[in-house]
Amino acid sequence: MQSQLSDPYKAREHARAQAGTKVRAMPTIPASAATDLPAGVSAGDVVWDETLAGGEYAARILKRGSRLRLTNLDGDGCINLLVFNADRPIERINVADTVKVQWNAYVGKGGLVLSDMGRVLLSIVEDTCGQHDTFCGCSNVRSNAKKYGTGDNFGPFPNARDRFLLALLKYGLGKKDIPANINFFKGVKVETDGALTFNPRSSKPGDYVELRAEMNVLVAIANTPHALDPRPQYTCTAVRLTAWRGEQTPADDPIRNASPENLRAFENVEDYFLM
Amino acid sequence: MATDYDFTIPARAPWSHVLKKGQTLRIVDLEGNQAVDCILYSAADPAERYSSCETVVAQKNIFLNVGTVLMSNEGNPMMTIVADNCGRHDTSGGACSCESNTLRYGHHTKHQHACVENFIYELGQHGLGKRDMVSNINWFMNVPVEADGALGIVDGISAPGKFLELRAEMDTLVVISNCPQINNPCNGFNPTPVRVTIS
Repeated sequence: MQSQLSDPYKAREHARAQAGTKVRAMPTIPASAATDLPAGVSAGDVVWDETLAGGEYAARILKRGSRLRLTNLDGDGCINLLVFNADRPIERINVADTVKVQWNAYVGKGGLVLSDMGRVLLSIVEDTCGQHDTFCGCSNVRSNAKKYGTGDNFGPFPNARDRFLLALLKYGLGKKDIPANINFFKGVKVETDGALTFNPRSSKPGDYVELRAEMNVLVAIANTPHALDPRPQYTCTAVRLTAWRGEQTPADDPIRNASPENLRAFENVEDYFLM
Repeated sequence: MATDYDFTIPARAPWSHVLKKGQTLRIVDLEGNQAVDCILYSAADPAERYSSCETVVAQKNIFLNVGTVLMSNEGNPMMTIVADNCGRHDTSGGACSCESNTLRYGHHTKHQHACVENFIYELGQHGLGKRDMVSNINWFMNVPVEADGALGIVDGISAPGKFLELRAEMDTLVVISNCPQINNPCNGFNPTPVRVTIS
């Protein structure tokens, strides 16, 4: 088809005319232009504000002390989360240690996300949802193909594992850097016989989880349907990611001191940062 | 079927072997109550490896039992549990490490030998390393989850002579750490040897 853009001048004009377009799922640049911020957060402290539609992904490095709020805008998002030590990503989230060390199968307010080096990567400082999943990991191209007909990255039903892969490849990581992840906003209950029960109505619009970075972290996030979501349609709604600068966790922090395991996880971080 | 391979893994030691598709691995808990930590890799492409998540999602249950298909991170069957007289195995609790031991038991445990030490050492023999560590299987280990979410390693339900058999559904590198943990009941606070045979 012959377009009207027959020369580079017209093509340039056409491309530049797109600038300033606003859509719902996009980053706020500069982040300080973000509005509708959490109470007490000043715009000047915001370091990241981005909305992901269903199927999209993002990755970001956050400094120790930063807060990251995940807001389930319409109530049907599913945040697949991986976390790495940003300075040495050979250290990463360990979901088995996270549940084992905290003696609980679930994560929620007051909980920790632990690394495979005995340190705390993230604290969960707020959680209005209360139902999250530590067992089911991420969808893959085969599982999405089975449910939706296709699961390719370039198609309409991208899978979480490939979304993670794209995010991590951009940071020099790869297939070997996708361990088990946590899923926020989609609750999965473990029955006493071991059976897993998915709750499709775990979250409501506006629910949020607020995470505090206890180390310099790389977070990789995919917003894709949960692996146990039985709905035949690819159902996943927008989530907002907002991060701002914050103070490093003080010695009298209640989460730090909530249990002997928590305290030692923080002590190991503090020891690490003596470098 | 003739046994092609027979080895007793000493208490606390690592072990690995490549099984050809169709071969069967038998693991025998010789003295009882021993946890056997295990990770599987595709022999053709070790970036494809065991996934606890894929496995529990496939069967919608966190416990491993006869008939359980052990799945890869790409959604392919790696091995199937074809025989088992123990009745419960774990894939939630992960492997002990020097570092996680400091959280669970105190900083004084930092230098105790741990499963992750075994795993990364053995992976090193195959050109693999720490990036290749994923959530593993704990054969013969009992990790119940209570209604309120309480989760912990409790007394084993295995006994001397209990065994399981795994049939390889692809050429599979099997890496085992015969768990050296001495701070919890996963092996009765007393690591013991296990026997592996391949036929």
